Amino acid sequence: MNNEWIYIAALDEIPRQGARVIETGHGDIAVFRTLSDQVFALRDHCPHQGGPLSQGIVHGEKVTCPLHNWVIELNSGVAVAPDEGCAQRYAVKVEHMQVFVAL
Amino acid sequence: MKEKLVLVGNGMAGVRTLEELLKLAPDKYDISVFGEEPHGNYNRILLSPVLAGDKSFAEIVTHDADWYRKNGITLYKGDKIVAIDRKKRRVQSENGVELEYDRLLLATGSKPFILPIPGHDLDGVIGFRDIHDVNRMLQAAAPGKHAVVIGGGLLGLEAANGLKKRGMTVTVVHLLDTLMERQLDKAAADLLKHELESTGLRFHMPAQTEAILGEPCVTGIRFKDGIELTADLVVMSVGIKPNIELAKSCGIYCERGIIVSDTLQTFDPAIYAVGECVQHRGSLFGLVAPLFEQARVCSNHLAEYGIARYQGSITSTKLKVTGIDLFSAGEFQGGENHETLTLQDPARGIYKKLVLQDNRIKGAVLYGDTVDGAWYFQLMRESADISAFRESILFGQAHVGDSGYGNENKAVNLPDSAEICGCNGVCKGDVVKAIVEKKLYTLEEVRAHTKASSSCGSCTGLVEQILASTLGGDYSTAPSKQALCACTALTHDEVRAAISSAAYQTIRDAMAGMEWKTPDGCSSCRPALNYYLLCRWPGEYRDDAQSRFINERTHANIQKDGTYSVVPRIWGGVTNSHELRAIADVADKYEVPTVKITGGQRIDLLGIKKQDLPGIWRDLNQAGFVSGHAYGKSLRTVKTCVGKDWCRFGTQDSTGLGIQVEKMTWGSWTPHKFKIAVSGCPRNCAEATIKDLGVVCVDSGYEIHVGGNGGIKVRVTDLLVKVATEAEVLEYTGAFMQLYREEARYLERTAPWIERVGLAYVKHRIVDDRRGREALYQGFVAAQQNAQIDPWAELAGNTEYCRQLAPLTLPV
Ligand SMILES: Cc1cc2nc3c(=O)[nH]c(=O)nc-3n(C[C@H](O)[C@H](O)[C@H](O)COP(=O)(O)OP(=O)(O)OC[C@H]3O[C@@H](n4cnc5c(N)ncnc54)[C@H](O)[C@@H]3O)c2cc1C
Ligand code: SF4
Ligand code: FES
Repeated sequence: MNNEWIYIAALDEIPRQGARVIETGHGDIAVFRTLSDQVFALRDHCPHQGGPLSQGIVHGEKVTCPLHNWVIELNSGVAVAPDEGCAQRYAVKVEHMQVFVAL
Repeated sequence: MKEKLVLVGNGMAGVRTLEELLKLAPDKYDISVFGEEPHGNYNRILLSPVLAGDKSFAEIVTHDADWYRKNGITLYKGDKIVAIDRKKRRVQSENGVELEYDRLLLATGSKPFILPIPGHDLDGVIGFRDIHDVNRMLQAAAPGKHAVVIGGGLLGLEAANGLKKRGMTVTVVHLLDTLMERQLDKAAADLLKHELESTGLRFHMPAQTEAILGEPCVTGIRFKDGIELTADLVVMSVGIKPNIELAKSCGIYCERGIIVSDTLQTFDPAIYAVGECVQHRGSLFGLVAPLFEQARVCSNHLAEYGIARYQGSITSTKLKVTGIDLFSAGEFQGGENHETLTLQDPARGIYKKLVLQDNRIKGAVLYGDTVDGAWYFQLMRESADISAFRESILFGQAHVGDSGYGNENKAVNLPDSAEICGCNGVCKGDVVKAIVEKKLYTLEEVRAHTKASSSCGSCTGLVEQILASTLGGDYSTAPSKQALCACTALTHDEVRAAISSAAYQTIRDAMAGMEWKTPDGCSSCRPALNYYLLCRWPGEYRDDAQSRFINERTHANIQKDGTYSVVPRIWGGVTNSHELRAIADVADKYEVPTVKITGGQRIDLLGIKKQDLPGIWRDLNQAGFVSGHAYGKSLRTVKTCVGKDWCRFGTQDSTGLGIQVEKMTWGSWTPHKFKIAVSGCPRNCAEATIKDLGVVCVDSGYEIHVGGNGGIKVRVTDLLVKVATEAEVLEYTGAFMQLYREEARYLERTAPWIERVGLAYVKHRIVDDRRGREALYQGFVAAQQNAQIDPWAELAGNTEYCRQLAPLTLPV
């Protein structure tokens, strides 16, 4: 595993209360931006049946999966109880309005 | 400095108000509580099981010392407020504590009414109100001794049952010949009496007590007719009397109770009152459900939130005596302008009576089989028109079939293995287990824990039945109003009303103004707010894409693999070779894996990658297509048959009319999806009678039908009106859609909406009220001017947005 910070995009290119997808060799990653400009990255694959989390509604620090409404915590990737499961999370940083991810 | 709030009366209504207040404004007040009883708060309702020995006192305590401490509340227990100085805003307690207040909350409850007959003050004459009374009864309750309970109402019978279970010989004395006359009619009361007698209770009724005998302790009781009975204990349970002495003594206006307004304020605006001590719009209260509603409203105002209004409650009752099934609600006696439906089956001990007015339930008495109590109560509260299933309503929800409210089986009779929620594969046993083990009380909680009813929602009724039957006696603790979601305590209707009255213009303003509990809501409330704002301010409101479900954000339908499907609009389902060729070209160019005809007579292109959407939109737009909105809570399609141009049975130009209707209605956002069809004759090839709005052409004009549904729960439309011209069809259609847009709750289809408000109401607004109809139609047409903008053209032209649809790539 590579711990380098990789530049992704300018913060503005990710919609507020929304997400962008990064295509990688080992699957898609969803990069979320909350109302208060917090940024998080999760594997774009819902722990339930693999729904694209990047397409869900972002609220607080959570996203609701568009397929069957599981709610996933953005900072941990863990599904909100009583659902159980976890989407892999990736480290992100924002520096000078630029977003970096460590894969 | 925090403001000071003092609560007088540490009982069910007062403490519930504090609980609700702490949820809304935890830091607003320094709270002090005075309670005459030397305990924390307990569930007074459950005193009956304590008396009967089924529960201990510890089990019914709801708020112990720890709760008050944790919430920073000072509790003065066993201390009573004896004076209020309203000028100085001070209260004074019996033990000499003096406190100032900014707001005062009176929740002093009520007292048992003690008949002023000779001997009423003897040792051994006890009311039934608090744990102290229960302890006194238990001291006197040795097996073999005699108890007399004066009063055959709810409380008297529960007391009698408890004492009998403690081994006493118990006689109930009642003034009338009908037990529980406040809840039961004669027929049900007789069944009840019979059944209680068979358990060993004795009755002396009708009978008027003249004196209680003994000195200094009770030894017996004498009636007007001279008959005497032995008694070691007399429980007086003839009624309650609001506890208003304190309020009166400081000059607060009282009649039978403390008079309060719809905001639960007394005549002194700094003083609020809730619970059994109040009188609201002429009514007094004796059950917890309305008190909890008052608590909710009162806390809303104490938090200076200022939205909620208390407008009275409808209540229902059950008797907490094991083995007896009894349910009563509303105006169960009937009377002028009322009709009654009854079912009597003495052999099975079953009696059911419904009181109706204009095909709406006004009251119900059920004895022996109360499974449908919750259902009748819901129909009653929602004032639903029951004419569609009136013939079978007494047989219960199970027999109603598929007319919306019906379910095929009574949940209670189902085996544990029966599947309740087909979407999520949840069985009855799973639901019951979760309710019991996780102590669930609401539909929301059951949804969260089991997933039952969380998808299509068609099993909601069943889940509610299971909830009601599993919770049993705790029925009244279930909240009677459904909050929009966990982010607010307000209901859909309250939120909607506040958007109008406070003129909120954005989701953010609305959430701030209504004190949302979360910073930016959740995936339930944001789409609802977005819709309500859009509907209320059609010209001004700026749609919030991030508060829309992905389908409405991308104007395409998300599929299980994360690809999308696209449906171009084909007006009335009529196409031509040019359009078909253009669609074929798009299918080739973007390698669309599946092309399918939909149920609504349109062409669906499936399996499209998100980043290809802008290209497809652009190509289809260039060929003259606009979005088919096959994904939205909006007008879907207008399905038509060929009609009189071709069909030998056709009476009118159904195709042409369908196209006109579609041109008028496309692009409109609605609370849920909206489907229309037009058939050229009653053979109804376009299946118009299972659509939200269906037009059936006849020789002499057009029948307009509404409220149909062909989904999980098939519902046939109701006939709204018959009109003579195409122009009228357009006007009624626009007016009906606008009424639905303005009044249905978000995600409520027309079928359940009509069943909730009643067809008669819809007819009244659309058919009888000509001016009203015209205004609704104008409102619809005006809103459409802002709505009929093709989202595909708009988005395809928005390069910023299109770029965001494409994935980001990593630098290599
Ligand atoms: C045995 C029994 C069974 C019941 N069963 C049901 C049922 O099945 N379903 C149902 O809906 N309802 C039932 N009820 C009714 C329900 O319990 C009451 O409606 C509810 O408790 C009233 O709440 P409240 O806060 O108004 O009054 P209370 O709960 O009576 O609280 C008032 C409190 O204020 C205190 N107080 C009074 N004056 C002062 C003062 N000056 N200073 C300090 N403290 C004071 C009192 O001591 C009391 O503790 C039952 C009641 C009883 C007694
Ligand atoms: S509904 Fe009537 S007019 Fe239309 S196709 Fe069928 S038979 Fe012909
Ligand atoms: S795939 Fe995400 S909720 Fe089912």
